[in-house]
Amino acid sequence: MIDYVSALSIDFGLIVPEITVLVTSFVVMMLACSKKVSSWSSTVTLVGYVLALWFTTRQWGHQGSGFADMVTCDNFGIVFKAIFIVASIIVVFLGHRYLRVKGLHRGEYYALMLVSTLGMMVMANSSDLIVLFLGLEIMSVPLYVMAGMYRRSLESNEAGIKYFFMGAFSTAFLLLGIAFIFGASGTTNLRSIVTDFSYIANSFPVYLYAGVALILIGFGFKVGTVPFHTWVPDVYQGAPTPVTAFFSVAPKAAGFAALLRVFVYGFSEVTILSDVFWVLAVLTMTVGNLLALRQDNVKRMLAYSSISHAGYILVALVVGGADAVAAAIFYLVAYTMFNLGGFGVVTLLETRSGCKSEFNELRGLSKTNPYLTATLALFMFALSGFPPTVGFIGKFYIFSAAMQSGFVWLTVIGVMNSFVSVYYYLRVIKTSFFDEAEGTPVPAVLSPTIIIALVITAVGTLGLGLFPQQLLQLSQAAIFGMP
Amino acid sequence: MVPVSAYLILAVVLFGIGAIGVLTSRNMIVLFMCIELMLNAANLAMVAFSRALNVVDGHVIVFLVLTVAAAEAAVGLAMIITIFRNRETINIDRYSILKW
Repeated sequence: MIDYVSALSIDFGLIVPEITVLVTSFVVMMLACSKKVSSWSSTVTLVGYVLALWFTTRQWGHQGSGFADMVTCDNFGIVFKAIFIVASIIVVFLGHRYLRVKGLHRGEYYALMLVSTLGMMVMANSSDLIVLFLGLEIMSVPLYVMAGMYRRSLESNEAGIKYFFMGAFSTAFLLLGIAFIFGASGTTNLRSIVTDFSYIANSFPVYLYAGVALILIGFGFKVGTVPFHTWVPDVYQGAPTPVTAFFSVAPKAAGFAALLRVFVYGFSEVTILSDVFWVLAVLTMTVGNLLALRQDNVKRMLAYSSISHAGYILVALVVGGADAVAAAIFYLVAYTMFNLGGFGVVTLLETRSGCKSEFNELRGLSKTNPYLTATLALFMFALSGFPPTVGFIGKFYIFSAAMQSGFVWLTVIGVMNSFVSVYYYLRVIKTSFFDEAEGTPVPAVLSPTIIIALVITAVGTLGLGLFPQQLLQLSQAAIFGMP
Repeated sequence: MVPVSAYLILAVVLFGIGAIGVLTSRNMIVLFMCIELMLNAANLAMVAFSRALNVVDGHVIVFLVLTVAAAEAAVGLAMIITIFRNRETINIDRYSILKW
């Protein structure tokens, strides 16, 4: 009788945060069955997330791998897990009132969110392409449902179905890519691929390059890089706004965790990748920004802006190396804060009846909600990268990493893109501060939960901008723990 | 014995048919079938490689992929039914409220 436990090195200590999230999702699903207790689901979800966050922080500095080397616990994965959980906590606060107003406040929403977070955590932790694929699917399938949750809204229906088809389509590319990599190397384990890389590249170059290209297409869809971005604006605009806030941050961070792990660690010796990412980064930044200029819907504008932010993070993938990974992580934390803040204000405004987040609905907002407008302005400044917000520091680290490695043109294009983006972010501020409303503007009603969400994000945006040192040290310590 | 390249050519052709189908077909059910075809093309490649390399990993992966595809099918068909109730059409061209 073989001792399977030690043969496969099953170590549940490595996946305690994941187990916590999974168990919480089951509990929430049970609660959703009963009308009486289903209103507890948000509280239980929060408790689960906080517990998972605590377990995650306890893992910091610990390194290990288990489950037949398919799961790796390292600082890189831990930081990403913390990002997912913090983003999810903020989204729980941010969506609470919106969901009540729209009649969507049900346990299923939270259960789906938890399962999706679980998938992201699996992705961040995986050192095997198949586990990565499974994590991606665990993340994506609940997201399809979440996008289409608002069943009576035709926009939400459309967003859900479009997201589903594009997501499933991209999954097929990723899977064929994994198949080719498997064919080239006889394994799907990233560590073995790195070890045998020169042999693989010499014996099966066709399979290897085909596999890498297909995997890149698959992830390109997920993070919304430019030739594969067409679903992003539609889905972001159509989905219920708290769900959009979640989409724009957590799955994107998970996609980048996977991209960094696979391409900066796994296929770092495929030299042509740097050029490919160069083109992708420039396209993503530029197209995202130019299309954002002509939007009349704030949600859609933020969707294009999130595409351009993905372009800035792709710069880190062009550069590669430890500094660039640290800069990418810093940027993702920063982006989580100010982007969730921006979507938080939009969510709050949408709780007014009949509001569809058009630009002209922002008019006269500073008269009715002066503090809220000031917060919105803060997030817009952060999105466009003004000091002293964290948006500036994040862009600074990314572009200085690019400069140090000699990517001058890339930096120039990136900085010029930031200037272009100022136009549409400032348009939000201008409309809400200086434009007169046509009728009597309806004030937005603040609820305690959304105030918590906005305070967390605003403090994060300003605080991390003024004192970035700690976060920078944290992201520099977040290295791949796989020798 | 059939060489592995034959299986691979078949897999790539199937994948291509699926991809073209996704891009051209207007009926959501057909679209969905095309995606399944693409997934199964990847499965075929996986099994072919697994057999050629004499390792079982590929066979196991196929089972995982089948499970994932089933989960996706459940969600996808449920969504198609939901939107059919609202709009009474599954022609993808009619779903264009969201546009720039």
